[in-house]
Amino acid sequence: MSPIKTKKSHSRSDIDREQWLHMYEQMFKIRAFEEQVNELYQGAKMPGLAHLYIGEEAIAVGVCEALTTEDYITSTHRGHGHCLAKGASIDRMFAELLGKEAGYCHGKGGSMHIADQDTGNLGANAIVGGSSAIATGAAFSSKRLGNGRVAVCFFGEGALGQGLVYESMNMAQLWKLPVIYVCENNLYNEYTHHSETTAGSLKARAEAFGLTAVEVDGQNVREVHEAAQRLVERARKGEGPAFMLCNTYRYHGHHVGDIAREYYRPKEEELMWKTDRDPLKFLSGWLIENQMADAGIIEQIEGQVSGEVEAAVTFALNAPFPAPEEVRKHVYA
Amino acid sequence: MSTPEANRRELTFGDAIKEALAEELRRDARVFMLGEDIAEAGTTFKVLNGLVEEFGTERVIDTPISEPGFTGLAVGAAMTGMRPVVDIMFGDFSGLIMDQVANQAAKIHYMSGGKLKVPMVLRTTMGAGRRSAAQHSQSLHAWYSHIPGLKVVVPSTPYDAKGLMKSAIRDDNPVVILEDKMMYKTVKGPVPEGEYTIPLGVADIKREGTDITLVATSSMVYVALDAAKLLDEIGIQAEVVDPRTLVPLDKKTLVESVKKTSRAIIVDEGYEQYGVTAELASVIADEAFYYLDAPVKRMGAMNVPIPFSPALEDLTIPNAKGVFEMAKILCNKS
Repeated sequence: MSPIKTKKSHSRSDIDREQWLHMYEQMFKIRAFEEQVNELYQGAKMPGLAHLYIGEEAIAVGVCEALTTEDYITSTHRGHGHCLAKGASIDRMFAELLGKEAGYCHGKGGSMHIADQDTGNLGANAIVGGSSAIATGAAFSSKRLGNGRVAVCFFGEGALGQGLVYESMNMAQLWKLPVIYVCENNLYNEYTHHSETTAGSLKARAEAFGLTAVEVDGQNVREVHEAAQRLVERARKGEGPAFMLCNTYRYHGHHVGDIAREYYRPKEEELMWKTDRDPLKFLSGWLIENQMADAGIIEQIEGQVSGEVEAAVTFALNAPFPAPEEVRKHVYA
Repeated sequence: MSTPEANRRELTFGDAIKEALAEELRRDARVFMLGEDIAEAGTTFKVLNGLVEEFGTERVIDTPISEPGFTGLAVGAAMTGMRPVVDIMFGDFSGLIMDQVANQAAKIHYMSGGKLKVPMVLRTTMGAGRRSAAQHSQSLHAWYSHIPGLKVVVPSTPYDAKGLMKSAIRDDNPVVILEDKMMYKTVKGPVPEGEYTIPLGVADIKREGTDITLVATSSMVYVALDAAKLLDEIGIQAEVVDPRTLVPLDKKTLVESVKKTSRAIIVDEGYEQYGVTAELASVIADEAFYYLDAPVKRMGAMNVPIPFSPALEDLTIPNAKGVFEMAKILCNKS
């Protein structure tokens, strides 16, 4: 097994400034969206809980920008970033989180189950590792129907404790299916450091099945994107599945209500990631350093996105709840 | 029985199922099958012999021994344009796949607000009597029937099995079909040649009668029919009603039968506690209460793990003699 080597610091000539700026916009959109979700929770305006993606934005964006709209993704309980990166609109996302009729699932799915067929999103999944076989099945369809679509399965390192993930990888490799397993290692299985739960090498687990496996800095969107592009292209050509291990960090708690976290991770660690390893700072810094943007352009993007987020949340807050008769609809097709 | 008289060709239960699958594989290129040892081996029960020769290993797929994995793969394939038929060798393995069935397949249409569909069939087996002991003998159809979003089929005759299988494959929902493994070769019955389907959610009266209703599922239909013969000898006319599908359930036919007979016994091979018999009895109690002349009685599998020893295993499953005795009591003939 020869893992694909990824370049650490150079831009690819075929990705122009516009695309990097677009990726910055997408990453900032996810962050602004999630910060707003946190505010909604704290203001008791959102039913239930949500699992914030802040800190991990470069992975969803770097990977999804390597996909077409028709390509498939499956997502996780920490899935808002994946949905947005794949093209979901923020107003209908907020509406779903608030349980409103205008939401992507008429308010029946909520934060952990957003699905959007139009953007190839087969759904976020609240069972850890639960979508690994579904993504593999989508790749099976692609191969059988010959439509060239690739499926990406996002999951956290906690899912490496689930047997289903390995059953899926085994079948994907046996049948050379166009699926990419993207493991976001944010270090914590809920409230437990992954070193307490995960024996051996994470990457070697996929390599044991013969999957092409790469490890990337999940805070560096350029590195993520470059690796994703190679693996997607490879899968599309029929060369089989791959495993991407993305090292990252979850800035917030396991969910919005997980505030007092010092019993499982030190504040210094959180501060280090936020200060020194922030994916948005990395990209904006690189854009400015390479004269592709200046502080004004970055501010302009952020201002525009913040305005959109504000408008979207206002829309969702004012949108009506589903009518009672909706409760019995869609049990059966 | 509602079998057309015109065509008297007879098939075994297993061959009727195979014929349904072969016809649907021929009719629709999106249909494919996957499971353990289903291709060259034709399943451990040899029910699918010959299918791989006609349809090839791309459409009749031998999988690793990974029930959750290939069930989940089928869910994903169903969501994206295919129509998989999953084979789970023994119903007892349902515990292995339950997350993919109950949390994924059953809920995806609803959770997505009706956008995504999961048109898949899950075939598995039920039924004791094979001396296969506690982990290869259970009838777990109640597990599936408990979950909204799934349809559940328990055919009793070759004719029903074929027609219901074809409807299940054409259905846009996840449909679980539980086949009694003891019937594959031993039960034979008329199956007309050519195309027909039986809609899901329509019960069938397997024998008409006026004095007591025996509601029976899957192989218990034969137990009920045997009991009805014994009852006939002492002047009691039993009506045998086969729901054929547990979800959707044809409540109307059940209730109408009991309104006519005023007495009912439910016979089912699942565990009696919290099972199919309880659900069906409650439907009758709710909707035919004022017509009843006796309490509704339930006869399910004994509430014990299925034992290996034939001397013990046979005690755990309802039999014709037991149904006969119970019916006599309800009809005041004891």
